[in-house]
Amino acid sequence: MPRYEIRLNGTSRTIESADPDQPLLYALRGLGLTATKFGCGLGQCGACNVLVDGKAMPSCRATVAETAGKSITTLEGLGTPAAPHPLQAAFIAAQVPQCGYCTSGMIVSAAALLRETPKPSEADIRAALDGNLCRCGTHVRVVRAVLAASGQTGQAGQGG
Amino acid sequence: MTTSQIAPNVSRRALLKGGALTVGFVLGGGRLEPIAVLAQGAAQAAAPARVLDPKEVDAYLAVNGDGTVTVWCGKVDLGQGLRVAIPQIAAEELGIGLDKITYIEGDTALTPDQGRTAGSYGIARGGMQIRQAAATARKALVEIAAQRLGVPAETLVAEGGAVRPKAGGTGLGFAELIGGKRFDLKLDPKAPVRDPATYTLVGKPLPRPDVPAKCTGTLTYVHDFAVPGMLHARMIRPPALGAHLVAVDEASVAGLAGVRVVHIKDFLAVVAADEWTAVKAARALKAQWTEGSGLPAQDQLPAVLKASPGATEQVLVTKGAEAPRPDGAKTLQATYFWPMQSHASIGPSCAVADVKPDSATVWTASQGTHGNQDTFARFLKLPKDKVRLIYLDGAGCYGMNGHEDAAADAAVLSRAVGAPVRVQWSREDELGWDPKGPAQLIDIAGAIDAAGKIRDWRTDMWIPENTRGLPSIPLLAPEAAGLDQMPGLNSGQIAQNGDPPYRTDRVQVVAHWLKTSPLRPAPLRSPGKPANCFAVESFLDELAAAAGLDPLALRLQGLTNPRGIAVVEQVAQMMSWQARPSPGPGRDAPVGRGRGIAYIHYKHEEAHVAIGMDVAVERSSGAIKVERVACAHDCGQIINPDGVRAQVEGSILQTLSRVLMEEVRFDQKRVTSTDWSSYPLLTFSDVPKLDIVLIDRPTDPPLGAGEAACAPVGAALANAVFDATGARLRTVPFTPERVKAALGGQAATPRT
Ligand code: FES
Ligand code: FES
Repeated sequence: MPRYEIRLNGTSRTIESADPDQPLLYALRGLGLTATKFGCGLGQCGACNVLVDGKAMPSCRATVAETAGKSITTLEGLGTPAAPHPLQAAFIAAQVPQCGYCTSGMIVSAAALLRETPKPSEADIRAALDGNLCRCGTHVRVVRAVLAASGQTGQAGQGG
Repeated sequence: MTTSQIAPNVSRRALLKGGALTVGFVLGGGRLEPIAVLAQGAAQAAAPARVLDPKEVDAYLAVNGDGTVTVWCGKVDLGQGLRVAIPQIAAEELGIGLDKITYIEGDTALTPDQGRTAGSYGIARGGMQIRQAAATARKALVEIAAQRLGVPAETLVAEGGAVRPKAGGTGLGFAELIGGKRFDLKLDPKAPVRDPATYTLVGKPLPRPDVPAKCTGTLTYVHDFAVPGMLHARMIRPPALGAHLVAVDEASVAGLAGVRVVHIKDFLAVVAADEWTAVKAARALKAQWTEGSGLPAQDQLPAVLKASPGATEQVLVTKGAEAPRPDGAKTLQATYFWPMQSHASIGPSCAVADVKPDSATVWTASQGTHGNQDTFARFLKLPKDKVRLIYLDGAGCYGMNGHEDAAADAAVLSRAVGAPVRVQWSREDELGWDPKGPAQLIDIAGAIDAAGKIRDWRTDMWIPENTRGLPSIPLLAPEAAGLDQMPGLNSGQIAQNGDPPYRTDRVQVVAHWLKTSPLRPAPLRSPGKPANCFAVESFLDELAAAAGLDPLALRLQGLTNPRGIAVVEQVAQMMSWQARPSPGPGRDAPVGRGRGIAYIHYKHEEAHVAIGMDVAVERSSGAIKVERVACAHDCGQIINPDGVRAQVEGSILQTLSRVLMEEVRFDQKRVTSTDWSSYPLLTFSDVPKLDIVLIDRPTDPPLGAGEAACAPVGAALANAVFDATGARLRTVPFTPERVKAALGGQAATPRT
């Protein structure tokens, strides 16, 4: 079976896939990295977002072959319950998730934003996350958490 | 077995055998730190014998041998926070720390049947059963201690996990009193509950225990769950509604290793060892179907509903004299339409089932873990007690999305292939085939006099009927595979709140119950109320405009319930409401600005909610920008204010999405809005500023908080747009095209 070398959450990994067109999403979930969620498979919702060389990308649209040689970070690679990433800590403090299905992709998109723009404005955050859908309506808390994680004490509305 | 066998400090492994979701709490550094022990799924081990009768205390709680307490709840946490709120209630009432509670939810083998997690009753009913169980248990603990200590029960108090003399001194721990034994008591409705003034846990914004796992990717959703030997499946849907399968070309997937095609009457699926192969097989499989049964033309839907044959008329409300209208009153008539909408879950439905010849286990994110037991037993032809359903988190379902259907798909497939099967729906499956929130057509006629007195009011609604005794809704898999299930329709309590909550001389509400619905209906969050309140509260504004009155003043003049008055006045204050009739002075500006308000007394007996909105409407494009939403919310006693606030935020934003952009589109064959570009949702750039005030009434009963704030959103927005522009929107969603048509004076009313 063809093998693809990637850097996954900081370690070198080999992915075996009979099909070079297999989306990265299925390969990651097959490895037990289930934080990355299937939402649409169409690049329309952001639930499957991962960092590819530091940029947020829908893993449902990137094939295994395309990501060979690249560095991939999933939500698991950002932090753990014991040692959360500042964004994860801020999302927990703001009690962001309801069902939480969109949360992984939201945190990953926000992590890409903070790499480029360490102190984003509320408008920057909204623009960066516009491709991440949430049906439960956690948007206000997401914005507040990203502001808090970037060391800004802004109020994202007062709802909550 | 005794309940003490489920100890709260058991290992994750042991919990996995038990097969339930268990949440623990630890106290760290003086602060309550929730930790989630997420032991989900796997019924490899037999479930311990449990008391499941919902009338028994032992069904809900047990004091374990080590003095900790296990709480079992038949309602499930869909992200609305029951996992902290219910333990808060139980710990408070018993007199024990929250860190000593282990919580188990939604498993037909372990938890009592408390009904579907629906209608916003999680706390108001489910939580109150558990409060009564805990109060009964506390009374028993105090009585046992009184006997052992030889003192009157009145001199003792239960706190900190022990019963002690009120005067001070050591007492007896819960474990010494009953640890590991059953209470053997029925819930006692007379067992005294604690005085809210003494609460230390209830009313606090304690963190939800599943949040850290959701933010770090360690929570096991049903989508992530696996059992050994599990296969992956994808469903193949017909190209047209009601089409029958004629032939399947299995050779079309012969090139894909290990793919099995399952074909039972019109039920068609592919099963493979890995998920991606299943996806590819589903795309490659060729099948031939008959023509479908046909759907009405989309733009004819309101007329089709009104003309539906065989509708049953039912007078729901009739109040006041049959007197003719007095002279001088202005009469109005208007028609409102709410379209079919999808639950539009972010994760398409998924389930895992392991069906053996004599038993079945189903892991599902359904809100009706218990309620589905009968349905599944029936089509699997198994005794009810041999069918076990276990709740696992899913993407939010807001009523009844495809979770139940996916679970039935998995069960049928598992039986067919003789192995555990995981079914993952596609995005197209979810938006195309989830049961839909039904279309609602509402006519209102009314009369108002110069003094602002409402003289007459009549609401007529055309809505699908609810089949009596229907346990669930008919599911796709049994239907396609020709298995036994009860036919019928169910959309939840969609006829409520059709009458105005204001003083009125005469009111009539008439439901025209339709025998059919173009697409299979199901409850969708706050069933029916967003549409009914949209119609009623828009019409009230239309009456106010006809009489030249300020819409806020008209509401305050007509309201009688002081809690209703309080929320309306609160919103008026938050918005610095300027008293004047609508539309406002700037209605002809290129960008019109306006404000609107709407109110509901939910189901006429639950929460009071008022919502105000500030909007800007661009005349050239018809685009509505909601700038700010102000909400005052009174749901009685608040168990967890942060949990309530999250629910109110979610209710407002989700309904704003429904009102601004959501409508299931269909051609004459099938649903065509099957991705996020054809069925768009509200995004970050559309989200307004939210200001929410929660009114806590600690001495009143707690009422649901998961739905009520959905209801006033549509009318508050329509009223604000009217105030901004003078254009009245009566058809949801308020797309730019509809706004432009209304601004141009064209009929904003649905064609009927
Ligand atoms: S699942 Fe990849 S964008 Fe939706
Ligand atoms: S939290 Fe449920 S979809 Fe975002």
